[in-house]
Amino acid sequence: MALAPPEPARATGTVAATRVGAGTPPGHRATPRPGRTRPGRRRLLTRGSVPYLLIMPAVLGFAIFKAYPIAASFWISLTTGNGDARQFTGLANYRRLMDDPLFWTALRNTALILVVQVPLMLGLALLVALGLNSTKVWLRPLWRLGVFVPSLTGLVAAGVMFSVILNRDAGLLNWVLSFLGIDPVNWLGSPFWARVGVVLVITWHYTGYNAVMYLAGLQGIPKELYEAAMVDGAGPVRRFFSITLPQLRPILLLTVVLSTIGTLQLFDEPYVLTGGGPDNATLTVTMYLYNNGFKYFDFGYASALAYALALIVSVLGILQVRLMGERR
Amino acid sequence: MKSRGPLLTLLLAGAFGLCVGPFYWLAMAATQDDKDVFSWPPKLLPGGHLMENLQGLQDSIGLTRVLFNTVLVAGLQTVGAVVVSVLAGYAFAKFDFRGRNLFFVLLLSTLVIPDTVMLIPIFQMMMDLGMIDSYESVILPGLVTPFGIFLMRQALRSMPDELLDAARVDGAGELRVLWRIVIPVNRPIIAALALFVFLGGWNQFVWPLIALRSPEMYTLPVATATLQGLSTTNYAQVLLASAIAAIPVMALFLVLQRQFISGLLAGATKE
Repeated sequence: MALAPPEPARATGTVAATRVGAGTPPGHRATPRPGRTRPGRRRLLTRGSVPYLLIMPAVLGFAIFKAYPIAASFWISLTTGNGDARQFTGLANYRRLMDDPLFWTALRNTALILVVQVPLMLGLALLVALGLNSTKVWLRPLWRLGVFVPSLTGLVAAGVMFSVILNRDAGLLNWVLSFLGIDPVNWLGSPFWARVGVVLVITWHYTGYNAVMYLAGLQGIPKELYEAAMVDGAGPVRRFFSITLPQLRPILLLTVVLSTIGTLQLFDEPYVLTGGGPDNATLTVTMYLYNNGFKYFDFGYASALAYALALIVSVLGILQVRLMGERR
Repeated sequence: MKSRGPLLTLLLAGAFGLCVGPFYWLAMAATQDDKDVFSWPPKLLPGGHLMENLQGLQDSIGLTRVLFNTVLVAGLQTVGAVVVSVLAGYAFAKFDFRGRNLFFVLLLSTLVIPDTVMLIPIFQMMMDLGMIDSYESVILPGLVTPFGIFLMRQALRSMPDELLDAARVDGAGELRVLWRIVIPVNRPIIAALALFVFLGGWNQFVWPLIALRSPEMYTLPVATATLQGLSTTNYAQVLLASAIAAIPVMALFLVLQRQFISGLLAGATKE
Protein backbone atom coordinates (compact mmCIF):
# COMPACT_ATOMS: atom_id res chain seq x y z
CA MET A 1 0.00 0.00 0.00
CA ALA A 2 1.63 3.21 -1.13
CA LEU A 3 1.63 5.78 1.60
CA ALA A 4 0.94 9.08 -0.02
CA PRO A 5 2.09 12.46 1.12
CA PRO A 6 -0.83 14.86 1.04
CA GLU A 7 -1.75 15.66 -2.47
CA PRO A 8 0.10 18.75 -3.60
CA ALA A 9 -2.69 20.62 -5.24
CA ARG A 10 -6.37 20.31 -5.21
CA ALA A 11 -7.56 18.56 -8.30
CA THR A 12 -9.22 21.21 -10.35
CA GLY A 13 -10.42 18.97 -13.06
CA THR A 14 -7.45 19.28 -15.34
CA VAL A 15 -4.47 16.99 -15.26
CA ALA A 16 -2.09 19.85 -15.92
CA ALA A 17 -3.17 21.75 -12.84
CA THR A 18 -2.00 19.06 -10.47
CA ARG A 19 1.13 18.20 -12.31
CA VAL A 20 2.79 21.48 -11.52
CA GLY A 21 1.01 21.86 -8.23
CA ALA A 22 2.64 24.15 -5.73
CA GLY A 23 3.94 22.53 -2.60
CA THR A 24 5.23 19.43 -4.28
CA PRO A 25 8.07 18.09 -2.16
CA PRO A 26 11.40 18.78 -3.82
CA GLY A 27 12.64 16.05 -6.03
CA HIS A 28 9.27 14.40 -6.00
CA ARG A 29 7.23 14.70 -9.11
CA ALA A 30 3.54 14.30 -8.92
CA THR A 31 3.72 12.46 -12.20
CA PRO A 32 6.37 9.84 -11.80
CA ARG A 33 8.90 9.38 -14.54
CA PRO A 34 9.38 5.66 -14.75
CA GLY A 35 13.01 4.68 -14.93
CA ARG A 36 14.20 7.65 -12.94
CA THR A 37 12.73 6.91 -9.58
CA ARG A 38 14.44 4.34 -7.45
CA PRO A 39 13.51 0.80 -8.41
CA GLY A 40 11.48 -1.21 -5.92
CA ARG A 41 9.85 1.82 -4.47
CA ARG A 42 6.16 2.17 -5.01
CA ARG A 43 5.39 5.31 -6.90
CA LEU A 44 2.35 7.42 -6.55
CA LEU A 45 -0.03 7.25 -9.38
CA THR A 46 -1.39 10.69 -8.75
CA ARG A 47 -2.76 11.72 -12.03
CA GLY A 48 -4.99 14.64 -11.38
CA SER A 49 -8.53 14.12 -12.40
CA VAL A 50 -8.35 10.47 -13.42
CA PRO A 51 -9.29 8.93 -10.07
CA TYR A 52 -12.13 11.39 -9.66
CA LEU A 53 -13.53 10.43 -13.02
CA LEU A 54 -13.20 6.77 -12.09
CA ILE A 55 -15.15 7.07 -8.87
CA MET A 56 -17.74 9.45 -10.31
CA PRO A 57 -20.37 6.79 -11.09
CA ALA A 58 -19.92 5.22 -7.67
CA VAL A 59 -20.17 8.59 -5.92
CA LEU A 60 -23.30 9.52 -7.84
CA GLY A 61 -24.95 6.19 -7.14
CA PHE A 62 -23.88 6.32 -3.52
CA ALA A 63 -25.33 9.79 -3.09
CA ILE A 64 -28.65 8.97 -4.74
CA PHE A 65 -29.28 5.41 -3.59
CA LYS A 66 -27.46 5.21 -0.25
CA ALA A 67 -26.68 8.54 1.42
CA TYR A 68 -29.88 10.34 0.46
CA PRO A 69 -32.24 7.48 1.41
CA ILE A 70 -30.48 6.95 4.72
CA ALA A 71 -30.85 10.62 5.61
CA ALA A 72 -34.35 10.93 4.17
CA SER A 73 -35.74 7.95 6.01
CA PHE A 74 -34.57 9.44 9.28
CA TRP A 75 -36.46 12.61 8.43
CA ILE A 76 -39.54 10.62 7.40
CA SER A 77 -39.38 8.73 10.70
CA LEU A 78 -39.92 12.05 12.47
CA THR A 79 -43.15 12.80 10.58
CA THR A 80 -46.65 11.42 10.51
CA GLY A 81 -49.43 11.60 7.95
CA ASN A 82 -49.91 10.49 4.39
CA GLY A 83 -48.13 11.55 1.22
CA ASP A 84 -47.71 15.33 1.04
CA ALA A 85 -49.84 15.88 4.12
CA ARG A 86 -47.14 14.74 6.49
CA GLN A 87 -46.07 16.88 9.36
CA PHE A 88 -43.18 16.93 11.74
CA THR A 89 -44.09 15.18 14.98
CA GLY A 90 -40.68 14.61 16.48
CA LEU A 91 -40.20 11.31 18.21
CA ALA A 92 -43.89 10.36 18.14
CA ASN A 93 -43.27 7.34 15.91
CA TYR A 94 -40.53 6.10 18.20
CA ARG A 95 -42.76 6.49 21.25
CA ARG A 96 -45.51 4.58 19.45
CA LEU A 97 -43.00 1.87 18.68
CA MET A 98 -42.07 1.44 22.33
CA ASP A 99 -45.73 0.78 23.18
CA ASP A 100 -46.53 -1.38 20.17
CA PRO A 101 -46.97 -5.01 21.26
CA LEU A 102 -46.67 -6.22 17.66
CA PHE A 103 -43.26 -4.56 17.32
CA TRP A 104 -42.08 -6.37 20.44
CA THR A 105 -43.51 -9.63 19.16
CA ALA A 106 -41.68 -9.16 15.89
CA LEU A 107 -38.48 -8.24 17.68
CA ARG A 108 -38.76 -11.24 20.01
CA ASN A 109 -39.37 -13.59 17.07
CA THR A 110 -36.41 -12.16 15.21
CA ALA A 111 -34.15 -12.40 18.27
CA LEU A 112 -35.26 -15.95 18.96
CA ILE A 113 -34.55 -17.04 15.41
CA LEU A 114 -31.20 -15.23 15.55
CA VAL A 115 -30.07 -16.81 18.80
CA VAL A 116 -30.94 -20.32 17.66
CA GLN A 117 -30.19 -20.12 13.99
CA VAL A 118 -26.82 -18.33 13.74
CA PRO A 119 -24.87 -20.55 16.18
CA LEU A 120 -26.54 -23.69 14.80
CA MET A 121 -25.72 -22.81 11.22
CA LEU A 122 -22.17 -21.60 11.86
CA GLY A 123 -21.40 -24.62 14.05
CA LEU A 124 -22.62 -26.96 11.34
CA ALA A 125 -20.70 -25.01 8.72
CA LEU A 126 -17.51 -25.35 10.72
CA LEU A 127 -18.00 -29.11 11.05
CA VAL A 128 -18.66 -29.44 7.32
CA ALA A 129 -15.58 -27.34 6.56
CA LEU A 130 -13.40 -29.48 8.82
CA GLY A 131 -14.68 -32.57 7.04
CA LEU A 132 -14.10 -31.05 3.62
CA ASN A 133 -10.60 -30.07 4.68
CA SER A 134 -9.65 -33.60 5.69
CA THR A 135 -7.41 -35.33 3.15
CA LYS A 136 -8.82 -38.67 4.26
CA VAL A 137 -12.18 -37.94 2.70
CA TRP A 138 -12.98 -39.29 -0.77
CA LEU A 139 -14.70 -37.27 -3.50
CA ARG A 140 -14.22 -33.97 -1.68
CA PRO A 141 -15.01 -31.68 -4.67
CA LEU A 142 -18.38 -33.37 -5.12
CA TRP A 143 -19.45 -32.81 -1.49
CA ARG A 144 -18.19 -29.24 -1.58
CA LEU A 145 -20.23 -28.57 -4.68
CA GLY A 146 -23.34 -30.15 -3.19
CA VAL A 147 -23.33 -28.25 0.08
CA PHE A 148 -22.75 -24.96 -1.74
CA VAL A 149 -25.65 -25.37 -4.17
CA PRO A 150 -28.50 -24.32 -1.82
CA SER A 151 -26.99 -20.86 -1.38
CA LEU A 152 -27.45 -20.22 -5.08
CA THR A 153 -31.19 -20.59 -4.83
CA GLY A 154 -33.30 -17.50 -4.43
CA LEU A 155 -35.20 -17.07 -1.21
CA VAL A 156 -38.51 -17.21 -2.98
CA ALA A 157 -37.73 -20.44 -4.80
CA ALA A 158 -36.44 -21.96 -1.56
CA GLY A 159 -39.46 -20.72 0.35
CA VAL A 160 -41.95 -22.09 -2.16
CA MET A 161 -40.12 -25.39 -2.29
CA PHE A 162 -40.09 -25.79 1.47
CA SER A 163 -43.68 -24.71 1.91
CA VAL A 164 -44.53 -28.03 0.23
CA ILE A 165 -41.67 -30.07 1.71
CA LEU A 166 -42.79 -29.02 5.19
CA ASN A 167 -46.44 -29.81 4.49
CA ARG A 168 -47.93 -31.82 7.32
CA ASP A 169 -49.83 -34.42 5.36
CA ALA A 170 -47.81 -34.85 2.20
CA GLY A 171 -44.46 -33.23 2.73
CA LEU A 172 -41.15 -34.84 1.93
CA LEU A 173 -39.74 -34.15 5.39
CA ASN A 174 -42.54 -35.86 7.30
CA TRP A 175 -42.30 -38.75 4.87
CA VAL A 176 -38.57 -39.16 5.59
CA LEU A 177 -39.20 -38.79 9.32
CA SER A 178 -41.87 -41.50 9.17
CA PHE A 179 -39.11 -44.02 8.47
CA LEU A 180 -37.56 -43.06 11.79
CA GLY A 181 -40.88 -43.70 13.47
CA ILE A 182 -41.62 -40.02 14.00
CA ASP A 183 -45.24 -38.91 13.79
CA PRO A 184 -46.14 -36.17 11.28
CA VAL A 185 -45.08 -32.75 12.51
CA ASN A 186 -47.34 -29.77 11.83
CA TRP A 187 -44.38 -27.70 10.59
CA LEU A 188 -46.02 -24.54 9.40
CA GLY A 189 -49.26 -24.82 11.35
CA SER A 190 -48.19 -24.44 14.96
CA PRO A 191 -46.37 -21.39 16.36
CA PHE A 192 -43.48 -23.42 17.75
CA TRP A 193 -42.88 -25.64 14.71
CA ALA A 194 -43.32 -22.76 12.30
CA ARG A 195 -40.32 -21.06 13.92
CA VAL A 196 -38.39 -24.31 13.77
CA GLY A 197 -39.34 -24.61 10.10
CA VAL A 198 -38.08 -21.11 9.31
CA VAL A 199 -34.81 -21.87 11.14
CA LEU A 200 -34.45 -25.13 9.21
CA VAL A 201 -34.93 -23.44 5.87
CA ILE A 202 -32.42 -20.66 6.55
CA THR A 203 -29.93 -23.19 7.88
CA TRP A 204 -30.38 -25.35 4.80
CA HIS A 205 -29.93 -22.28 2.64
CA TYR A 206 -26.70 -20.81 4.02
CA THR A 207 -24.73 -23.48 5.87
CA GLY A 208 -22.82 -24.55 2.77
CA TYR A 209 -21.91 -20.99 1.87
CA ASN A 210 -20.38 -20.44 5.29
CA ALA A 211 -18.69 -23.83 5.15
CA VAL A 212 -16.92 -22.86 1.93
CA MET A 213 -15.77 -19.61 3.55
CA TYR A 214 -14.39 -21.55 6.52
CA LEU A 215 -12.76 -24.04 4.21
CA ALA A 216 -10.86 -21.16 2.62
CA GLY A 217 -9.77 -20.02 6.06
CA LEU A 218 -8.68 -23.53 7.04
CA GLN A 219 -6.62 -23.92 3.91
CA GLY A 220 -4.87 -20.64 4.64
CA ILE A 221 -3.54 -21.85 8.01
CA PRO A 222 0.21 -22.62 7.70
CA LYS A 223 0.89 -26.35 8.06
CA GLU A 224 4.00 -25.58 10.16
CA LEU A 225 1.78 -24.45 13.04
CA TYR A 226 0.23 -27.90 13.29
CA GLU A 227 3.56 -29.64 12.87
CA ALA A 228 5.11 -27.58 15.65
CA ALA A 229 2.14 -28.30 17.92
CA MET A 230 2.40 -32.02 17.23
CA VAL A 231 6.07 -31.94 18.12
CA ASP A 232 5.06 -30.32 21.39
CA GLY A 233 2.66 -33.19 21.98
CA ALA A 234 -0.64 -31.35 21.46
CA GLY A 235 -3.56 -33.67 20.69
CA PRO A 236 -6.22 -33.01 18.04
CA VAL A 237 -8.60 -31.23 20.44
CA ARG A 238 -5.83 -29.03 21.76
CA ARG A 239 -4.68 -28.24 18.23
CA PHE A 240 -8.24 -27.29 17.25
CA PHE A 241 -8.66 -24.85 20.13
CA SER A 242 -5.11 -23.45 20.13
CA ILE A 243 -4.48 -23.17 16.41
CA THR A 244 -7.54 -23.69 14.23
CA LEU A 245 -10.00 -21.46 16.06
CA PRO A 246 -7.63 -18.51 16.67
CA GLN A 247 -6.44 -18.66 13.07
CA LEU A 248 -10.01 -18.65 11.84
CA ARG A 249 -10.98 -15.70 13.98
CA PRO A 250 -11.14 -13.04 11.23
CA ILE A 251 -13.33 -15.17 9.01
CA LEU A 252 -15.45 -16.34 11.95
CA LEU A 253 -16.04 -12.71 12.80
CA LEU A 254 -16.99 -11.92 9.22
CA THR A 255 -19.52 -14.74 9.05
CA VAL A 256 -20.99 -13.95 12.47
CA VAL A 257 -21.51 -10.31 11.54
CA LEU A 258 -22.92 -11.12 8.09
CA SER A 259 -25.27 -13.79 9.42
CA THR A 260 -26.46 -11.53 12.19
CA ILE A 261 -27.24 -8.74 9.75
CA GLY A 262 -28.94 -11.19 7.42
CA THR A 263 -31.09 -12.79 10.10
CA LEU A 264 -32.09 -9.46 11.62
CA GLN A 265 -33.35 -8.44 8.20
CA LEU A 266 -35.19 -11.71 7.69
CA PHE A 267 -38.12 -11.22 5.34
CA ASP A 268 -38.38 -13.47 2.32
CA GLU A 269 -38.63 -16.87 4.01
CA PRO A 270 -41.40 -16.05 6.47
CA TYR A 271 -43.16 -14.02 3.76
CA VAL A 272 -43.33 -17.03 1.47
CA LEU A 273 -43.44 -19.84 4.05
CA THR A 274 -45.80 -18.62 6.73
CA GLY A 275 -46.90 -15.08 5.93
CA GLY A 276 -45.79 -14.23 9.48
CA GLY A 277 -48.18 -16.68 11.10
CA PRO A 278 -49.49 -18.65 12.71
CA ASP A 279 -50.54 -16.21 15.37
CA ASN A 280 -47.68 -13.84 14.41
CA ALA A 281 -45.17 -16.45 15.57
CA THR A 282 -42.90 -15.82 12.59
CA LEU A 283 -43.59 -12.12 12.13
CA THR A 284 -40.15 -10.51 11.80
CA VAL A 285 -39.18 -6.85 12.19
CA THR A 286 -38.61 -6.43 8.45
CA MET A 287 -41.93 -8.05 7.69
CA TYR A 288 -43.71 -5.76 10.12
CA LEU A 289 -41.88 -2.84 8.50
CA TYR A 290 -43.03 -3.99 5.07
CA ASN A 291 -46.62 -4.32 6.25
CA ASN A 292 -46.63 -0.84 7.74
CA GLY A 293 -44.89 0.80 4.79
CA PHE A 294 -46.34 -0.95 1.80
CA LYS A 295 -49.66 -2.37 3.00
CA TYR A 296 -50.85 0.48 5.25
CA PHE A 297 -48.62 3.14 3.63
CA ASP A 298 -47.64 4.47 7.04
CA PHE A 299 -44.20 5.61 5.88
CA GLY A 300 -43.35 7.53 9.05
CA TYR A 301 -43.87 4.54 11.30
CA ALA A 302 -42.19 2.14 8.88
CA SER A 303 -39.15 4.43 8.76
CA ALA A 304 -38.99 4.52 12.53
CA LEU A 305 -39.02 0.71 12.48
CA ALA A 306 -36.23 0.75 9.91
CA TYR A 307 -34.13 3.02 12.07
CA ALA A 308 -34.78 0.98 15.18
CA LEU A 309 -33.62 -2.07 13.24
CA ALA A 310 -30.53 -0.26 11.92
CA LEU A 311 -29.68 0.77 15.47
CA ILE A 312 -29.98 -2.81 16.71
CA VAL A 313 -27.90 -4.10 13.81
CA SER A 314 -25.12 -1.57 14.37
CA VAL A 315 -25.00 -2.08 18.14
CA LEU A 316 -24.82 -5.86 17.73
CA GLY A 317 -22.25 -5.52 14.97
CA ILE A 318 -20.02 -3.28 17.06
CA LEU A 319 -20.38 -5.60 20.06
CA GLN A 320 -19.40 -8.59 17.97
CA VAL A 321 -16.37 -6.83 16.54
CA ARG A 322 -15.34 -5.74 20.04
CA LEU A 323 -15.73 -9.22 21.49
CA MET A 324 -14.23 -11.20 18.65
CA GLY A 325 -11.96 -8.77 16.85
CA GLU A 326 -8.19 -8.64 17.09
CA ARG A 327 -6.97 -7.44 20.43
CA ARG A 328 -4.14 -5.04 19.97
CA MET B 1 -7.27 -43.30 12.79
CA LYS B 2 -7.61 -45.20 9.50
CA SER B 3 -11.36 -45.61 9.86
CA ARG B 4 -11.93 -41.87 9.95
CA GLY B 5 -11.84 -41.50 6.17
CA PRO B 6 -14.89 -43.65 5.35
CA LEU B 7 -16.85 -42.30 8.32
CA LEU B 8 -16.21 -38.67 7.38
CA THR B 9 -16.99 -39.44 3.76
CA LEU B 10 -20.29 -40.96 4.82
CA LEU B 11 -21.18 -37.95 6.97
CA LEU B 12 -20.38 -35.55 4.14
CA ALA B 13 -22.40 -37.65 1.74
CA GLY B 14 -25.27 -37.27 4.20
CA ALA B 15 -24.85 -33.51 4.23
CA PHE B 16 -24.75 -33.61 0.43
CA GLY B 17 -28.02 -35.52 0.40
CA LEU B 18 -29.71 -33.05 2.74
CA CYS B 19 -28.57 -30.16 0.55
CA VAL B 20 -29.28 -31.64 -2.87
CA GLY B 21 -32.21 -33.95 -2.04
CA PRO B 22 -34.82 -31.17 -1.98
CA PHE B 23 -33.79 -30.14 -5.50
CA TYR B 24 -34.29 -33.64 -6.77
CA TRP B 25 -37.74 -33.72 -5.23
CA LEU B 26 -38.46 -30.27 -6.70
CA ALA B 27 -37.51 -31.39 -10.19
CA MET B 28 -39.79 -34.40 -9.87
CA ALA B 29 -42.68 -32.48 -8.32
CA ALA B 30 -42.58 -29.94 -11.14
CA THR B 31 -43.50 -32.68 -13.59
CA GLN B 32 -46.53 -33.96 -11.66
CA ASP B 33 -50.18 -33.29 -12.14
CA ASP B 34 -51.34 -30.67 -9.62
CA LYS B 35 -53.40 -33.14 -7.60
CA ASP B 36 -50.37 -35.44 -7.23
CA VAL B 37 -48.14 -32.80 -5.63
CA PHE B 38 -49.75 -33.40 -2.27
CA SER B 39 -50.15 -37.15 -2.55
CA TRP B 40 -48.73 -39.53 0.03
CA PRO B 41 -46.08 -40.84 -0.28
CA PRO B 42 -44.37 -37.98 -2.17
CA LYS B 43 -43.75 -38.71 -5.84
CA LEU B 44 -40.07 -39.28 -6.47
CA LEU B 45 -40.20 -40.22 -10.15
CA PRO B 46 -40.93 -38.01 -13.17
CA GLY B 47 -44.63 -37.45 -13.68
CA GLY B 48 -45.00 -36.60 -17.37
CA HIS B 49 -46.94 -33.35 -16.90
CA LEU B 50 -44.02 -31.00 -17.54
CA MET B 51 -45.36 -29.56 -20.81
CA GLU B 52 -48.83 -29.09 -19.37
CA ASN B 53 -47.40 -27.24 -16.35
CA LEU B 54 -45.22 -25.07 -18.58
CA GLN B 55 -48.28 -24.15 -20.63
CA GLY B 56 -50.15 -23.45 -17.41
CA LEU B 57 -47.41 -21.09 -16.25
CA GLN B 58 -47.46 -19.34 -19.61
CA ASP B 59 -51.19 -18.74 -19.18
CA SER B 60 -51.09 -17.72 -15.53
CA ILE B 61 -48.00 -15.51 -15.26
CA GLY B 62 -46.84 -15.13 -18.86
CA LEU B 63 -43.71 -17.19 -18.31
CA THR B 64 -41.78 -16.03 -21.40
CA ARG B 65 -42.33 -12.36 -20.64
CA VAL B 66 -41.45 -12.86 -16.97
CA LEU B 67 -38.26 -14.70 -17.92
CA PHE B 68 -37.38 -11.94 -20.37
CA ASN B 69 -37.88 -9.34 -17.62
CA THR B 70 -35.74 -11.27 -15.17
CA VAL B 71 -32.88 -11.79 -17.62
CA LEU B 72 -33.02 -8.16 -18.72
CA VAL B 73 -33.04 -6.77 -15.18
CA ALA B 74 -30.34 -9.11 -13.87
CA GLY B 75 -28.24 -8.70 -17.01
CA LEU B 76 -28.28 -4.90 -17.11
CA GLN B 77 -27.70 -4.75 -13.38
CA THR B 78 -24.68 -7.00 -13.81
CA VAL B 79 -23.15 -4.93 -16.61
CA GLY B 80 -23.76 -1.67 -14.74
CA ALA B 81 -22.59 -2.84 -11.35
CA VAL B 82 -19.44 -4.43 -12.78
CA VAL B 83 -18.51 -1.24 -14.65
CA VAL B 84 -19.10 0.92 -11.58
CA SER B 85 -17.21 -1.49 -9.32
CA VAL B 86 -14.21 -1.93 -11.62
CA LEU B 87 -13.80 1.81 -12.17
CA ALA B 88 -14.15 2.70 -8.50
CA GLY B 89 -12.15 -0.30 -7.33
CA TYR B 90 -9.32 0.67 -9.66
CA ALA B 91 -9.33 4.23 -8.35
CA PHE B 92 -9.30 3.05 -4.73
CA ALA B 93 -6.58 0.49 -5.38
CA LYS B 94 -4.15 2.37 -7.57
CA PHE B 95 -4.58 6.12 -7.16
CA ASP B 96 -4.01 8.53 -4.35
CA PHE B 97 -6.55 11.26 -4.19
CA ARG B 98 -8.10 13.57 -1.71
CA GLY B 99 -10.98 12.03 0.20
CA ARG B 100 -10.12 8.51 -0.86
CA ASN B 101 -10.15 6.93 2.57
CA LEU B 102 -13.12 8.91 3.79
CA PHE B 103 -15.28 7.92 0.85
CA PHE B 104 -14.17 4.32 1.01
CA VAL B 105 -15.10 4.07 4.69
CA LEU B 106 -18.45 5.78 4.06
CA LEU B 107 -19.17 3.36 1.27
CA LEU B 108 -18.33 0.30 3.36
CA SER B 109 -20.26 1.54 6.36
CA THR B 110 -23.48 1.33 4.35
CA LEU B 111 -22.99 -2.44 4.48
CA VAL B 112 -24.19 -2.51 8.09
CA ILE B 113 -27.27 -0.42 7.36
CA PRO B 114 -30.17 -2.72 6.54
CA ASP B 115 -31.45 -2.26 3.00
CA THR B 116 -34.92 -1.86 4.42
CA VAL B 117 -33.92 1.58 5.73
CA MET B 118 -33.58 2.75 2.17
CA LEU B 119 -36.75 1.20 0.76
CA ILE B 120 -39.18 4.00 1.50
CA PRO B 121 -37.15 7.02 0.31
CA ILE B 122 -36.16 5.17 -2.85
CA PHE B 123 -39.80 4.23 -3.40
CA GLN B 124 -40.86 7.87 -2.98
CA MET B 125 -38.06 9.03 -5.26
CA MET B 126 -39.17 6.59 -7.94
CA MET B 127 -42.78 7.71 -7.49
CA ASP B 128 -41.79 11.37 -7.88
CA LEU B 129 -39.81 10.56 -11.00
CA GLY B 130 -42.70 8.54 -12.39
CA MET B 131 -40.45 5.52 -12.64
CA ILE B 132 -42.43 3.06 -10.55
CA ASP B 133 -43.31 -0.09 -12.50
CA SER B 134 -40.38 0.34 -14.89
CA TYR B 135 -37.23 -1.68 -15.51
CA GLU B 136 -35.11 1.31 -14.44
CA SER B 137 -36.72 1.42 -11.02
CA VAL B 138 -35.54 -2.12 -10.34
CA ILE B 139 -32.13 -1.86 -12.01
CA LEU B 140 -30.80 1.52 -10.85
CA PRO B 141 -30.61 1.01 -7.06
CA GLY B 142 -28.58 -2.15 -7.60
CA LEU B 143 -25.80 -0.49 -9.57
CA VAL B 144 -23.70 0.60 -6.60
CA THR B 145 -22.61 -2.40 -4.58
CA PRO B 146 -20.19 -1.65 -1.74
CA PHE B 147 -19.28 -5.31 -1.79
CA GLY B 148 -18.35 -5.18 -5.47
CA ILE B 149 -16.22 -2.09 -5.06
CA PHE B 150 -14.51 -3.65 -2.06
CA LEU B 151 -13.85 -6.89 -3.94
CA MET B 152 -12.39 -5.05 -6.94
CA ARG B 153 -10.20 -2.86 -4.75
CA GLN B 154 -8.80 -5.90 -2.98
CA ALA B 155 -8.13 -7.69 -6.24
CA LEU B 156 -6.61 -4.76 -8.14
CA ARG B 157 -4.32 -3.83 -5.27
CA SER B 158 -2.29 -6.98 -5.78
CA MET B 159 -1.56 -5.95 -9.37
CA PRO B 160 2.05 -4.69 -9.67
CA ASP B 161 2.36 -0.96 -10.35
CA GLU B 162 5.22 -1.67 -12.75
CA LEU B 163 2.77 -3.31 -15.12
CA LEU B 164 0.66 -0.18 -15.33
CA ASP B 165 3.66 2.14 -15.52
CA ALA B 166 5.20 0.12 -18.32
CA ALA B 167 2.09 0.72 -20.37
CA ARG B 168 2.09 4.41 -19.51
CA VAL B 169 5.71 4.72 -20.57
CA ASP B 170 4.69 3.24 -23.87
CA GLY B 171 2.34 6.16 -24.20
CA ALA B 172 -0.93 4.49 -23.32
CA GLY B 173 -3.61 6.81 -21.96
CA GLU B 174 -5.41 5.97 -18.75
CA LEU B 175 -8.43 4.53 -20.53
CA ARG B 176 -6.19 2.34 -22.62
CA VAL B 177 -4.32 1.12 -19.54
CA LEU B 178 -7.62 0.20 -17.96
CA TRP B 179 -8.99 -1.53 -21.04
CA ARG B 180 -5.82 -3.25 -22.21
CA ILE B 181 -4.10 -4.14 -18.93
CA VAL B 182 -6.27 -3.87 -15.83
CA ILE B 183 -9.33 -5.62 -17.18
CA PRO B 184 -7.63 -8.50 -19.05
CA VAL B 185 -5.25 -9.23 -16.16
CA ASN B 186 -8.14 -9.40 -13.69
CA ARG B 187 -10.65 -11.15 -15.88
CA PRO B 188 -11.25 -14.12 -13.49
CA ILE B 189 -12.14 -11.98 -10.49
CA ILE B 190 -14.27 -9.67 -12.65
CA ALA B 191 -16.09 -12.75 -13.91
CA ALA B 192 -16.63 -13.81 -10.31
CA LEU B 193 -18.07 -10.43 -9.44
CA ALA B 194 -20.33 -10.56 -12.49
CA LEU B 195 -21.62 -13.94 -11.31
CA PHE B 196 -22.37 -12.64 -7.84
CA VAL B 197 -24.20 -9.60 -9.13
CA PHE B 198 -26.16 -11.64 -11.64
CA LEU B 199 -27.16 -14.10 -8.96
CA GLY B 200 -28.28 -11.27 -6.69
CA GLY B 201 -30.22 -9.63 -9.50
CA TRP B 202 -31.83 -12.87 -10.61
CA ASN B 203 -33.00 -13.71 -7.10
CA GLN B 204 -33.84 -10.24 -5.73
CA PHE B 205 -37.32 -10.03 -4.32
CA VAL B 206 -38.29 -7.31 -1.85
CA TRP B 207 -37.49 -4.28 -3.96
CA PRO B 208 -38.99 -5.60 -7.22
CA LEU B 209 -42.06 -6.65 -5.22
CA ILE B 210 -42.48 -3.02 -4.18
CA ALA B 211 -41.38 -1.31 -7.39
CA LEU B 212 -43.27 -3.41 -9.92
CA ARG B 213 -47.03 -3.13 -10.24
CA SER B 214 -48.23 -4.76 -13.40
CA PRO B 215 -47.93 -8.52 -13.93
CA GLU B 216 -46.25 -8.08 -17.32
CA MET B 217 -43.37 -6.28 -15.59
CA TYR B 218 -42.88 -8.91 -12.88
CA THR B 219 -39.63 -10.75 -12.45
CA LEU B 220 -39.67 -14.49 -11.78
CA PRO B 221 -39.45 -14.33 -7.95
CA VAL B 222 -42.22 -11.73 -7.77
CA ALA B 223 -44.44 -13.66 -10.18
CA THR B 224 -43.81 -16.89 -8.27
CA ALA B 225 -44.65 -15.36 -4.91
CA THR B 226 -47.78 -13.76 -6.34
CA LEU B 227 -48.88 -17.03 -7.86
CA GLN B 228 -48.36 -18.80 -4.56
CA GLY B 229 -50.49 -16.27 -2.72
CA LEU B 230 -53.61 -17.11 -4.72
CA SER B 231 -56.25 -19.32 -3.15
CA THR B 232 -56.58 -21.35 -6.34
CA THR B 233 -52.86 -21.96 -6.53
CA ASN B 234 -51.75 -24.72 -8.83
CA TYR B 235 -48.81 -26.01 -6.82
CA ALA B 236 -47.28 -28.00 -9.64
CA GLN B 237 -46.96 -24.72 -11.52
CA VAL B 238 -45.55 -22.83 -8.54
CA LEU B 239 -42.96 -25.55 -8.02
CA LEU B 240 -42.09 -25.54 -11.69
CA ALA B 241 -41.59 -21.76 -11.49
CA SER B 242 -39.25 -22.29 -8.54
CA ALA B 243 -37.35 -24.95 -10.44
CA ILE B 244 -37.01 -22.60 -13.40
CA ALA B 245 -35.66 -19.94 -11.04
CA ALA B 246 -33.14 -22.35 -9.54
CA ILE B 247 -31.90 -24.22 -12.62
CA PRO B 248 -30.13 -21.47 -14.63
CA VAL B 249 -28.07 -20.27 -11.67
CA MET B 250 -27.04 -23.80 -10.87
CA ALA B 251 -26.03 -24.43 -14.46
CA LEU B 252 -24.07 -21.19 -14.44
CA PHE B 253 -22.40 -22.24 -11.22
CA LEU B 254 -21.48 -25.67 -12.52
CA VAL B 255 -19.85 -24.17 -15.60
CA LEU B 256 -18.05 -21.37 -13.77
CA GLN B 257 -17.43 -23.05 -10.44
CA ARG B 258 -13.77 -22.12 -10.22
CA GLN B 259 -14.33 -18.39 -10.70
CA PHE B 260 -17.21 -18.48 -8.29
CA ILE B 261 -15.34 -20.06 -5.43
CA SER B 262 -12.19 -18.01 -6.03
CA GLY B 263 -14.24 -14.81 -5.97
CA LEU B 264 -15.89 -15.86 -2.75
CA LEU B 265 -12.51 -16.61 -1.23
CA ALA B 266 -10.91 -13.40 -2.47
CA GLY B 267 -13.65 -11.44 -0.76
CA ALA B 268 -13.38 -13.46 2.41
CA THR B 269 -9.70 -13.91 3.02
CA LYS B 270 -7.79 -10.94 1.69
CA GLU B 271 -7.08 -8.86 4.78
